[in-house]
Amino acid sequence: MAWDWDKLQSQRKSNPDRDTGIPPGIEDVFEKIKRSKGKLPGGMWLIILAAIIIFLGSSCFYTVGVNEVGVVQRFGKFERITKPGLNFKLPRGIEKVTNVKVDFVFKEEFGLRTLGPGVRTRYAPGSSYLNESLMLTGDLNVAVVPWIVQYRIKDPYKYLFKVNNVTSTLRDLAESSMRLIVGDSSINEVISKREEIAIQAKNFLQKELDNAETGIKIVAVEMKKTNVPEPVQPSFNEVNQATQEKEKVIYQAKEQYNKVIPAAKGDAEKTIRSAEGYALDRVNRAEGDVSRFRSLYTEYAKSKDVTRKRLYLEAIEEILPKLGEKYIVDANQKNLLPLLNLGKSQGGSK
Amino acid sequence: MKIKILIGVIVLCLLVIYSTAYIVDETEQVVITQFGEAIGEPKLNPGIYFKIPVIQVSNYFPKNLLEWDGDPGQVPTLDKTFLWVDTFARWKIIDPLKFFRTVNNLTGAMGRLDDIIDPAVRNFITSFPLIETVRATNREMDTFEIGVDQSKDQERNLGEVNTGRKKIVEGILKQAQPKLDQFGIELVDVAIKRLNYVEDVQKSVYERMIAERKQIAEKFRSEGQGEARKIEGNVEKELKRITSEAYRTAQEIKGKADAESTYIYAQAYEQDPDFYYFLRSLEVYRKSMKKDTSLILSTDSDLLKLFKDYESGRK
Repeated sequence: MAWDWDKLQSQRKSNPDRDTGIPPGIEDVFEKIKRSKGKLPGGMWLIILAAIIIFLGSSCFYTVGVNEVGVVQRFGKFERITKPGLNFKLPRGIEKVTNVKVDFVFKEEFGLRTLGPGVRTRYAPGSSYLNESLMLTGDLNVAVVPWIVQYRIKDPYKYLFKVNNVTSTLRDLAESSMRLIVGDSSINEVISKREEIAIQAKNFLQKELDNAETGIKIVAVEMKKTNVPEPVQPSFNEVNQATQEKEKVIYQAKEQYNKVIPAAKGDAEKTIRSAEGYALDRVNRAEGDVSRFRSLYTEYAKSKDVTRKRLYLEAIEEILPKLGEKYIVDANQKNLLPLLNLGKSQGGSK
Repeated sequence: MKIKILIGVIVLCLLVIYSTAYIVDETEQVVITQFGEAIGEPKLNPGIYFKIPVIQVSNYFPKNLLEWDGDPGQVPTLDKTFLWVDTFARWKIIDPLKFFRTVNNLTGAMGRLDDIIDPAVRNFITSFPLIETVRATNREMDTFEIGVDQSKDQERNLGEVNTGRKKIVEGILKQAQPKLDQFGIELVDVAIKRLNYVEDVQKSVYERMIAERKQIAEKFRSEGQGEARKIEGNVEKELKRITSEAYRTAQEIKGKADAESTYIYAQAYEQDPDFYYFLRSLEVYRKSMKKDTSLILSTDSDLLKLFKDYESGRK
């Protein structure tokens, strides 16, 4: 109802001529039609009137889509923001509505263009947009940095009225922000720390957009595949290869190590164990020998002479039969030489 | 007839309203001119206004933020590197009256902006080394791969960043702004949109990048070789250590055992060395005399002395 009141007020205030002008006109026309029945002299007027009514009436309501708001201006001045659904306003010429998609996420692409989104999105060849993606890095190298910016319209008032060409302002600011961040990072960082750079760029860009009163909220800044320029790429791959090679050579050396060292440790263990065996052997034998000696000695001590002789004779008895040739020489025989050849020529006989 | 006159009057009224009233949009501001001369205060706020028809003309100017895109061009830096610089600026008409009098329209304004901002950009970029324009801060960058530590010394000296891009851009803005006051223009900011090497420089930069990478790759390779040699050396060392340690331990064990057995023997045989000698000799005889041993025994010997003299045994 407030709306009706507004309408009435504004009509009275700003356009009094129309208020008093049109209704009498309508009455007059009706009267004229009544008077001149059948002749149709006012037929022309009727058609014009209907056209005017339809023209004004059709501009009195409008629909706002689900993800939109309607921004209403009265005589150019911002008036109100309306919600989705069917809405009414004063006719054309007085109030004007602009629909703004506030929930929609828009996308701007830099250094690439999506040709056809889908399960496998196709992109335009990156080389065509190199001037957008080629950037100087902080270590004075050149990097190829394609990226996208997703944004929403947060403040439709600012979006519509504060900046002349929001999209191109956004693009310019996005490019300058990204270049500022990349310009302060090394080529390595640009390639490996994309996430951090994207976050920095997002924050910086949002600040710039707020300063410019664009009414835009950045949803995401997303880095696509950052790389070095094509002519330099093989040399970067070479570095990767060299890293692999380095690891390979080291692994090969470690393999050799693992092959040799455990076996050597086993060998060492073996040497030690056999030494321990030797030690046990020596000591046990010594103890055995000694214990035998002690036992024998105990008995020997009791009758030394006899035992001594017995042992001597027993030993001789044992040894003599084993021997090959035995010669018995008289104690008076001095010259032994002739005897020495005996064995060779004559055998064992004397 | 009366009706027709009435309608005529109405139409006339509407026409008059139409030609006297004018609407100023949120994004606009209007200067009213009469015979080319500006009249009254400029209309800065949106809404409906009235003027004298035919005589007075309304001139619309945008009130919102406008953009200016610089003509990209080559600019040498202080250290004589040619750069391809593309700048843009954002500006506003803050005094439409001044603006109308001095530059008249947007096209004129763009020309003035070109004349003022472009030289300012050139001035600033040529009076700083390249690094100042490229970088924003002096922060430490990760310039080399992890693991290539020694290259720090060989790193190209890029120079200190004392000013940085932000300040250069601010400088450009400060230099250009006062000159634009007279046109009723406020320069909101100037920014460097794109900054690149010119093509010739780019080629040599690429070559430098390639050389740099090759050197890093070579470093990795030789590091690998070095590491491998170290491991190989370790293998040899370990091998020697392990065998020698084992030998030492074995000898120690054996020595101890020898000492112990010697002690044990000595302890026992000390009781009667003579008897030990006797026993051990017999043992030696037993072991050393074999079939191929020839023995010549004299009848003097203890064993055979009975052969000659049976009495000699009983002494």
